[in-house]
Amino acid sequence: MKKIEVRISGFGGQGVILAGQVLGKAAVYNGKNAVQTQSYGAEARGSAAKSEVIISDGKIDFPSVRKCDMLIAMSQTAVDKHLKDLKENGVLIVDSSMVKKIPETKAKFFKIQASEIAEKTFGEKLYANMIMLGALNKITKVVNENFMKKAIKDTVPKKAITVNMQAYKKGKELIE
Amino acid sequence: MRTVNPGTYFWQGNEACVEAAIIAGCSFFAGYPITPASEIAEHMAKRLPQVGGIPIQMEDEMASICAVIGASWTGNKAMTATSGPGFSLMQESIGYAFMTETPCVIVDVQRAGPSTGQATKCGQGDVMQSRWGTHGDYSAIVLSPNSVQEMFTLTVRAFNLAEKYRTPVILLTDEIIAHMREQITVPPLKSIEIINRKKPKVEERAFFGLEEVPPMPAVGEGFNIAVTGSTHNEYGIRLTADPTVHRRLVERLSNKIQNHVDEIADFESYNIDECQIGIVSYGCTSRTVYEAVKNAEKRGIKIGYVRLKTLWPFPERIIKKLAETAEKIIVPEMNLKQMFYEVERTANGLAKIIPLNKIGGGELITPEELLAKIEEAEKND
Repeated sequence: MKKIEVRISGFGGQGVILAGQVLGKAAVYNGKNAVQTQSYGAEARGSAAKSEVIISDGKIDFPSVRKCDMLIAMSQTAVDKHLKDLKENGVLIVDSSMVKKIPETKAKFFKIQASEIAEKTFGEKLYANMIMLGALNKITKVVNENFMKKAIKDTVPKKAITVNMQAYKKGKELIE
Repeated sequence: MRTVNPGTYFWQGNEACVEAAIIAGCSFFAGYPITPASEIAEHMAKRLPQVGGIPIQMEDEMASICAVIGASWTGNKAMTATSGPGFSLMQESIGYAFMTETPCVIVDVQRAGPSTGQATKCGQGDVMQSRWGTHGDYSAIVLSPNSVQEMFTLTVRAFNLAEKYRTPVILLTDEIIAHMREQITVPPLKSIEIINRKKPKVEERAFFGLEEVPPMPAVGEGFNIAVTGSTHNEYGIRLTADPTVHRRLVERLSNKIQNHVDEIADFESYNIDECQIGIVSYGCTSRTVYEAVKNAEKRGIKIGYVRLKTLWPFPERIIKKLAETAEKIIVPEMNLKQMFYEVERTANGLAKIIPLNKIGGGELITPEELLAKIEEAEKND
């Protein structure tokens, strides 16, 4: 593996930063170097938010993502804003319950109704982030499954481990 | 649960700062939440009680720094953490801490100012404030980390320097480094040097002079301590009209730092003996430099850099050395030329100093932007 750059985008409250944290931690458990940065608005919820993860075998100098290999977009604004930064052969995963209009792209492209499924299955939209993460890892196999599971366990609140694990599994199942 | 176990972690910069502070012996934290420093208060609230320390949320930043100063005088190692707006509020009492020679650590996680500015976005605009924020003559120690690992090592160093020189030390970090998560290795505790303040002998009474760094008693230890922000003699007696006493005190406060610049000044340098173009950077911006330098070398450009880990006292010697070799020195900063003039003053005409500044939206200067500046500098001889 050379260097993989991932951007997870949406709005505040969707857990895009937590998802990035889990992915970065899993990569480190997997013996890689990882840097995770975040960007969010001054409001607690509702403003644009993104989380970026760079995974590499070597030292990571510049911590921000300029062109990403993988893009998760969980809002219309997110996909409109960030698609231009996705590499041509990159992977795009959108939460299709939030994103209605998808701009033309040459990227490998997946639609998942993450927020809707999360609400229906687990009673809360906020598990959509783990569904997206499950889909991402099923598609890209960017980190070993076991490390991803360990990272979820070590990152989310204790009482929410089970449901987050279920949501992660659900995400994997949604990808054929 | 005590201090964190040695090992490798995937931590946020702010988290690393807290664990390092606890290892350094910090037993008191007072603060008021502010983005992007809130995680420090949050982790302190959780961790300090586990190690027998006390975290407290004060009513504002002014009260926070005062609580820290008070705690230090009771013999505790104390710190606070804030961002630009809170750092501004603290300035009056930071001056009191300098004047009373109170060891303490103040973390300023820089965001885009002035005023409330862009609360969640990165900036490097507090460089001069960290040196000159409070009034009067004094010499500040200001450290600047550029990774989560250094949030750890420089927090320990901040406490050590505060204790050794009996002075406030400012850890001047930024939103990128403080919010970033990356690997960090906590070394075995035995390998971490911890410095504690010098205590007075029973018969000693001069806690504000005679020596460059006088011993410091704690309240309740039986010494009759007088502590005042007004001019005082070696014994803490207030003397607000005597010119000699004032000169002696304030010159010592400045000299006790300035006489030890070489020990306090810490930096990383690369290829400074052979470079045609040099770069001086610090904090998050230095992460851009690493990548830009690699790419410039691929294009055959002779390039080197100095990355400052100590901003103040300004490490003049190494900058002079760079200026003697390099024809041009680029100073990339996420502010409008704060360190630029300091580099220019120190280079004193030996090299041409070129600014590269970017502010707003928390956007880092990209390696491409810096490389373009390097190439432009190389061409225009």
